[in-house]
Amino acid sequence: MPLNLDQYVSVHAAALDVRARRTELIANNLANADTPGYKARDLDFRQAMARAAGETPTSGVHLSTTQAGHIGGNAAADATANPDLKYRTPLAPSLDGNTVDAQLEQAAFAENAVRYQATLTFLNSKFRNLMTAILGS
Amino acid sequence: MSSFKAFDIAGSGMSAQSVRLNTTASNLANAESVSGDPNRVYKARHPIFEAVRAQLQAGAAQQGGDAAVRVTGIYESQAPATARYEPGNPLANAEGYVYAPAVNVVEEMVNMISASRSYQNNVEVMNTSKDLLLATLRLGQS
Repeated sequence: MPLNLDQYVSVHAAALDVRARRTELIANNLANADTPGYKARDLDFRQAMARAAGETPTSGVHLSTTQAGHIGGNAAADATANPDLKYRTPLAPSLDGNTVDAQLEQAAFAENAVRYQATLTFLNSKFRNLMTAILGS
Repeated sequence: MSSFKAFDIAGSGMSAQSVRLNTTASNLANAESVSGDPNRVYKARHPIFEAVRAQLQAGAAQQGGDAAVRVTGIYESQAPATARYEPGNPLANAEGYVYAPAVNVVEEMVNMISASRSYQNNVEVMNTSKDLLLATLRLGQS
């Protein structure tokens, strides 16, 4: 039975991708910590992973059309515009409309970095297992 | 490679914060630059920050979410200069007044601390991103 390498690392490869995207987002939030009106954003990890696994996410708000005259939400546009992105609910927004909490973002960034490294460790051990199987030693 | 975007973003944040530090330094340095003419006295300068959406990469428009920061301009404070009665000052006008710029030193110090903290945050982001990228490059080697 041939081994599908893609399938062998699938979850971790997808997780690495989502983590990398989250790194960027939090970097954005930190870079814009002093920008008036900037709204902090984050990624819904569960939803992003579900999407990576090919499932349709269960969460999310949709407009339902029950009558002929109802105008439905633009589902196609919603799907292309990265629906996993969410705005952070601010604990104490600044007077200038900025919702970045630097401490919170720093904590999120550190957590994300650790989890990224954990995923790397998982991937590394997967590859090591593979090497053991190949070399037979 | 998408992870390099974190570098660009953190870099934009660092450059914006250094502009802010520069204006703060200029304001503090000129806090006592008096003049005899209220219209020619130094005016406090402040940068204006703005989030830049999807300009880092051509294909980033669909991604949404990514926004670097940019200094769109530097505005000069319109606060009126404070008049001081110093007839002995060689710069004083006919009535004996000199005009000091409306620089709030406390405000500038707070700005400086805030800018340097934000700068440090961005440096931290850059360092961590670098470590993660290097670890990714070493994937499968250890």
